[in-house]
Amino acid sequence: MNRFFAFIPLIAFAGMAVYFWMGLRQDPSAIPSQLIDEPVPVFELEPIRGFDQGLSHADLEGEVVLLNFFGSWCPPCLIEHPMLMQIARSGEVPIYAIDWKDEPGAGAAWLERHGNPFVRIGDDQSGRTAIDFGVTGAPETFVIDREGRVRYRHVGVITEEVWQETLLPMVEALKRS
Amino acid sequence: MIAELGQFLLILVLCVAVLQAGLSAAGLYFKDPAVFGFARMGAIVQFVLTLGAFAALTWLFAVSDFSALVVAENSHTDKPFIYKITGVWGNHEGSMLLWVVMLTGYTAALAWASKAVAPRLITLTFAVQSAITALFAAFLLFTSNPFARLWPSPVDGRDLNPLLQDPGLASHPPMLYAGYVGFSITFAFAVAALIEGRADARWARIVRPWALTAWTFLTIGIALGASWAYYELGWGGWWAWDPVENASLLPWLAGTAFIHSLRVMEKRDTLKAWTILLALFTFSLSLAGTFLVRSGVLTSVHAFAVDPERGVFILAILLGLIGGALTLFGFRANTLRPTGTFAMVSRESSLLVNNIFFAAAIGLVFYGTFYPLFITTVSDETLTIGAPFYNATFNPLMGLLFLAVPISGLMAWKRAKLGQLLKTLSPAVIAALTAGFIAAWMANAQPVTSALGVGLGIWVGAGVLSDLRSRTKLFETDFAASMRRAASLPLGIWGMLVSHLGLAVLIIAITGVSVWKQETRAFLEPGQAITLGGHTITLVDVVRLDEDNFNAAVGRFDVTRAGGSEHEIIASRRFYPVRGMYTTESGIDANLAGDVYVTIGDPVEGRGWPVHVYLYPLAVWLWIGSVILSLGGLLAILDRGRRSLSARKSSKGQAT
Repeated sequence: MNRFFAFIPLIAFAGMAVYFWMGLRQDPSAIPSQLIDEPVPVFELEPIRGFDQGLSHADLEGEVVLLNFFGSWCPPCLIEHPMLMQIARSGEVPIYAIDWKDEPGAGAAWLERHGNPFVRIGDDQSGRTAIDFGVTGAPETFVIDREGRVRYRHVGVITEEVWQETLLPMVEALKRS
Repeated sequence: MIAELGQFLLILVLCVAVLQAGLSAAGLYFKDPAVFGFARMGAIVQFVLTLGAFAALTWLFAVSDFSALVVAENSHTDKPFIYKITGVWGNHEGSMLLWVVMLTGYTAALAWASKAVAPRLITLTFAVQSAITALFAAFLLFTSNPFARLWPSPVDGRDLNPLLQDPGLASHPPMLYAGYVGFSITFAFAVAALIEGRADARWARIVRPWALTAWTFLTIGIALGASWAYYELGWGGWWAWDPVENASLLPWLAGTAFIHSLRVMEKRDTLKAWTILLALFTFSLSLAGTFLVRSGVLTSVHAFAVDPERGVFILAILLGLIGGALTLFGFRANTLRPTGTFAMVSRESSLLVNNIFFAAAIGLVFYGTFYPLFITTVSDETLTIGAPFYNATFNPLMGLLFLAVPISGLMAWKRAKLGQLLKTLSPAVIAALTAGFIAAWMANAQPVTSALGVGLGIWVGAGVLSDLRSRTKLFETDFAASMRRAASLPLGIWGMLVSHLGLAVLIIAITGVSVWKQETRAFLEPGQAITLGGHTITLVDVVRLDEDNFNAAVGRFDVTRAGGSEHEIIASRRFYPVRGMYTTESGIDANLAGDVYVTIGDPVEGRGWPVHVYLYPLAVWLWIGSVILSLGGLLAILDRGRRSLSARKSSKGQAT
């Protein structure tokens, strides 16, 4: 009996380990968007300096689109950028963007230097819109369907793998539906 | 070039650690004493190599080499130099490297300070320690390489999170880690004892200074974290029951229970299996504290990096270390037979009660931290457990525990007499009851909680003083004789008394800060004032300040305290353009009675500056109490044990 007691800590730990394992299986970047299947938040943003067109929630309706949050201050955005250029060239899906908390002019200069894959860009200097979207860091990308509903949120850099295995199939499925 | 050198050193650390763990095990198996010398040498080599890697990373930060990924993501050329250096551990990779530096540092210290330990025991301990080092060096190299390059390298970096640009951050994580990691030594000793199947009073005496060192660092680390939250986060929250704060509290609770039961084991050669189990638990909770935060299992404002791949690696390490140790415990615990026996009323039984309370407290905090995550894992519900839960469960439990503190300190080992005890403590009972009534009568809110908090604090404090009085026989013999008695008390006893006094101060301070706090907010134009609790706070002016890496609106306030004295408070709001983040720099006028705490927000056109004023009575005593508490730990570390042994021989039969 006494022997058995000595194993109680191990058994308790095993139980906990199983639970932690379950906790890990959840992709932490995939969850806490309250917005999934909800209409995009209402917003109306000025164009960034040097562009004519700003961006509002109405611009995102009517077509399956990607909405990318970026900033010229964000090194991972630079890493992501060639992939966005490639997606834009492929013509699979239009990409809209929100320039998040950037200095006036910095976003435009950055796009000038590295190329512009975006259809329209809104300037979110105050970061309010990013808060409404629940953005935690740049880059972050939302897949938005024809009715203007958020269908998916990707946190972090879109790699070739993410595009081929997650975003592209989702975009194609949404276009067919 | 420097980055590659750092990486190379890190690879060497991994190799030496693996080699040492393997050789030690083999040497013990084949009973070849040649490995014993290598164990000591290897420990020092590991430390020197890791220190080299850490120096390399520091260099990269110092010269702002943005071709290194961590530097680009966490530093900026305009950042003040001191924060470039502290930024080394203000990110996941760097702080993990610091963790390994601490780990090898402790192992090297053990090599230096353990000449008297039996060779088999110490070699086993080194083997376990090296195995831990190897696991974490591998973790660094394979999932969190601090020396990864970034190409193309950016012109400038992303800057360190401005919340972390604070002197608090410079010292908080290293202290915390020194605490967490210190318990690796006691863990390694416990595993070694289990493998050997022998743990006795001698083992406890060897382990005690290490446990106390780790405990003292952890205490300081938690206090620094609390003060950082109080000053920097801007809402005066010194403790918020945040999962990450709980993660540091859990090993502290376990470590506190551990040093108490270790004392029983050392004195009476009993509670062995329990003490060993606590040693294992304490380090396990330290590991959980450091790593679950980083694995993505726990998410909170504190979480630096969330990466499932890292999470899997961490979980594997935890499984190996903790699971392995507990399996060993399951098979070997029965070989640890106690020799001492004790009566129901004795120091041993009171310390056992202490341990049961601590175990229950650990259970509560653990539940509060992980249950919400469990719920979100198995269902779609979300649930938060916050202060109300802990107030209703943790606080009463601690209250009961505090009741026992003075009693336990005064009880004799083996068998104590209650009558004598009550006589010694009767002044403390009277003082506590009086203080409780006064507190209830004076309190501006919650008279019952106030009375309980202050009464308990005075009870513990007065109990400690009664304890000291009875040990020195002050007022019973002449003064000089009492002084001689005080001077000959072992440092360990002084450590206990001082720590418990610090605890008394903390109990009262916590009551003051959390029960009697007051707050108010208003929009102010320069020249306008608000009053709170008899203090008048006037906004004098607001000026704009431009620094290299931030700009700020700086508000100057005049405070006229209730007593009539006048002070100036500077509170500001900073904007860090690189990260686009705002921070609130609270302004505090502190004195022993309490803090006047002011924050200022963004102005609203036509209404003025939003100003938030808090009164935190006794806040300074939080920090004073923490210092006293850690000082007690330090005193107890300095007790080499031998002195208490000889003192006991010379005054045989007398309770210590």
